[in-house]
Amino acid sequence: MNRTALRFALYLSIIALGIAAPFIVPGIRTQLSFLWIMIVFALTWDILGGQMGYNSFGNVLFFGVGMYACVLIQQHSGLSYFPALFVGIAAGGLVAVAFAALLGWGILGLRGHYFAIGTLGLGIAAAEFASGWDLIGAGSGLVTPLYPGAVGGRETFFYFPCFILAIVTFLSLRRLYRGRFRLAINAIRDDEDKAEAMGLHTTLYKTVAWCIAAFFLGLAGPLVGNLIGFIDPRDVAFASSSYGVWMLLMAILGGKGTLWGPVIGAVVFHITQELFWTYLLGWQRVALGLLVMLIVIFFPTGIVGWVRERWPERFGQRVDEQAQRTADQ
Amino acid sequence: MDNLLILFNAPILSVQLLIDGLLVGAVFALVAYGMALVWGVMNIINIAQGEFVMLGGYVAYYLYRAGIHPLFAIPVAAVLLFILGWALYRSVIYRVVDRDLFTSILATFGLGILLQQLANQLFGADVHIVPSGLHTWTLFGGMVTIAQIKVIACVFALLIGIALIWFLKRSRMGQAIRATAQNARAARIMGVDTTQVYATTFGLNAAICGAAGALVAMIWIIQPYLGLPFTARSFMIVVVAGVGNIGAVFLAGLGLGVAEEFAGFTLGAQFQTAFVFALLVVILVWRRIRLARQRRYLS
Amino acid sequence: MIMLETQNVRKTFGGIIANHDISLQVDEGSIVGLIGPNGSGKTTLFNSIVGQYPIDRGSIRFRGNEISRMRVPTIARLGLLRTFQQTRIYGGMTCVENMQASVQQSQHSWRRMLSDVRPEHTEKAENLLQFVGLYSKRHLFAGDLSFGQQKLLEFAMALMSEPKMLLLDEPTAGINPTLINGLVDRLQRVNAEMGITLLVIEHNMNVIMNLAQRLYCLAHGELLASGTPEQIRNNQNVIDAYLGAH
Repeated sequence: MNRTALRFALYLSIIALGIAAPFIVPGIRTQLSFLWIMIVFALTWDILGGQMGYNSFGNVLFFGVGMYACVLIQQHSGLSYFPALFVGIAAGGLVAVAFAALLGWGILGLRGHYFAIGTLGLGIAAAEFASGWDLIGAGSGLVTPLYPGAVGGRETFFYFPCFILAIVTFLSLRRLYRGRFRLAINAIRDDEDKAEAMGLHTTLYKTVAWCIAAFFLGLAGPLVGNLIGFIDPRDVAFASSSYGVWMLLMAILGGKGTLWGPVIGAVVFHITQELFWTYLLGWQRVALGLLVMLIVIFFPTGIVGWVRERWPERFGQRVDEQAQRTADQ
Repeated sequence: MDNLLILFNAPILSVQLLIDGLLVGAVFALVAYGMALVWGVMNIINIAQGEFVMLGGYVAYYLYRAGIHPLFAIPVAAVLLFILGWALYRSVIYRVVDRDLFTSILATFGLGILLQQLANQLFGADVHIVPSGLHTWTLFGGMVTIAQIKVIACVFALLIGIALIWFLKRSRMGQAIRATAQNARAARIMGVDTTQVYATTFGLNAAICGAAGALVAMIWIIQPYLGLPFTARSFMIVVVAGVGNIGAVFLAGLGLGVAEEFAGFTLGAQFQTAFVFALLVVILVWRRIRLARQRRYLS
Repeated sequence: MIMLETQNVRKTFGGIIANHDISLQVDEGSIVGLIGPNGSGKTTLFNSIVGQYPIDRGSIRFRGNEISRMRVPTIARLGLLRTFQQTRIYGGMTCVENMQASVQQSQHSWRRMLSDVRPEHTEKAENLLQFVGLYSKRHLFAGDLSFGQQKLLEFAMALMSEPKMLLLDEPTAGINPTLINGLVDRLQRVNAEMGITLLVIEHNMNVIMNLAQRLYCLAHGELLASGTPEQIRNNQNVIDAYLGAH
């Protein structure tokens, strides 16, 4: 079997498994939904963090904005449950993109560590702001409307949008990374001044990349909000200290700047978390801090990056022997 | 908005806010000294800065519980945190000191989470107060109050600033620190033990934060999650003042303190933390736009 | 036709005058050299021309357009490119990717932004890599190349974007002396066959005297002399400046 067929078979089996999973193991539907969401988190973080070299601590902002936009529409639009949900999810994505475009103008001009800390400030400011603003429930949060179907049907119902979102995100990024877009944002990562000197529309590329990340996160927000059923500004919507950190941790763990790295990182992290986290009895977040430190210091290339360093030829990095010989003659 | 009207109708309140702002601003400046030092010398932005402050606060709290006056906690916290800072350099920070800035930001970010959550596990998430037992002066017939502990904090911050300048200028270690800050490789070649310099710098930073933390515990409250706002504050103070100028750091700290008091009063206390982080973003963007006019960028 | 023209360009850093009323002219299709001792303001002039620094006074015109108020990417898209003295390439990408990322960006469209790399671009990238002698290394990370190879890659990247004019900052510095003749030959071919006007900063007198049709010499931020290589060679001021008698 050649590589294309192999890849096709891999994709097909993932999709088949994804569709069948909630029926095979209905007990962990919610955890599986979150697995797909985690993949979206890691993939979207990696657009900027890995491919473009803009390490953001504040991507959770778009997630939260999308979530609030959706739930507010669900509560106040007067539509019945499913239309309201649909409109809300779409609005979540659009509002997040609008935020990204607006903020991008100011924030994306910051480079390196200034960008990292600026986005950290952005995420926390949003959380604090949301928990002070009475109109959106302030610190006591919002409750999502009750799912009208059968008891237990909600988990299955929301599993599929999560699954589809992850697949769509992956395929969109795969398409995007194949062409000139990736070349441009990789160039920005490697040397932004050089990219400018070569005439690249750097500001435009940066803004578009951020908007793409925001869009998928803005769609993920409503799903998670409805899955959990309750929106707390600090711990669910703008959860910098959980989702916000996980995003970059998963992407780095899997291997940033690669397509599959974030996916692998998300799967590894989420499974580890689900299996072992409960045994830590409240020490999870201590472990999280330790994990961030250990991975950054000892394993910065991530799983895929490590594989790539071990076997660079497998990834096409090699001297063309034949051309070399011709040149030497 | 109502509060803004109150401010107009009772101008004396502005005096109160101004005094409070200047006094607490000095504490912000104190924490920022340390950040400027570590940033300037080691080229590391320490996100765990606020967590050192928090730990210093717990030192004060436990000394107070043991019946010791919390003012004595200032030197004790400084010594304990110096040791912690030193140990952290030797175990963790030295691995990231020569790597790119994002690695060190992320590593200290992880360190911050670790310390914060350890405190949460070991000391509990409860909010504690550490009464200093000091009095409050009243002026203008009770219209304006000045807590003595805040005055002490302000004077202390000023003294530490002067001591720091003296230390960097005059002492042997201070000279080694400045040499390393300018060019670590050259300093190494000239026989400066840069590892020692870095460890001392990081320890010194932690010590300053620890002392500040004891003051924070007496002025406000103490709880495991108070760290990050202090990191944000010191970061923006240093961005405004620059890494090499202790005097400017002090003044920027005072300015931030005043801005925060007024914002907290007019916007409402629930938005005060939001204001701190929003201001951080605004300052960064404002600096960037000003630099972009000269076709330069923040670096 | 005049390709590039600077008039009384002045650039100061604090109190130091890096460029003091520099006026020079580069005709279309020519090769012009810019020489001068270290610190005479050559690279500053390059930076001013491509928009890196805002100039204090004077005018810079490229093909008749005033460009002294434009930003770096805008000027680059007009077809005026520069290479860096401290070579700059995209270290985390392979050589071919470096080239593909350098395709001319003059007109922007959303479709192009999200489109695939066109096969003819890949082909062109490989041809140009062949031209500079890096074809066999085309799938290696650019960051793993030697300094001289990176320099060649940067040159090829500039050619990839089909500029009208190239500013080269010390193209032979750090290149193996045995390869310098080949490089000079390539520069001449680029000028003759691709019609690219060249303005070259160079310290190697042999190279620049052979290459350039016209030379400008800077010293202490001022224009000291200009003329044909022959005139410059015999100019007493230039000789003094290089020997440090100035």
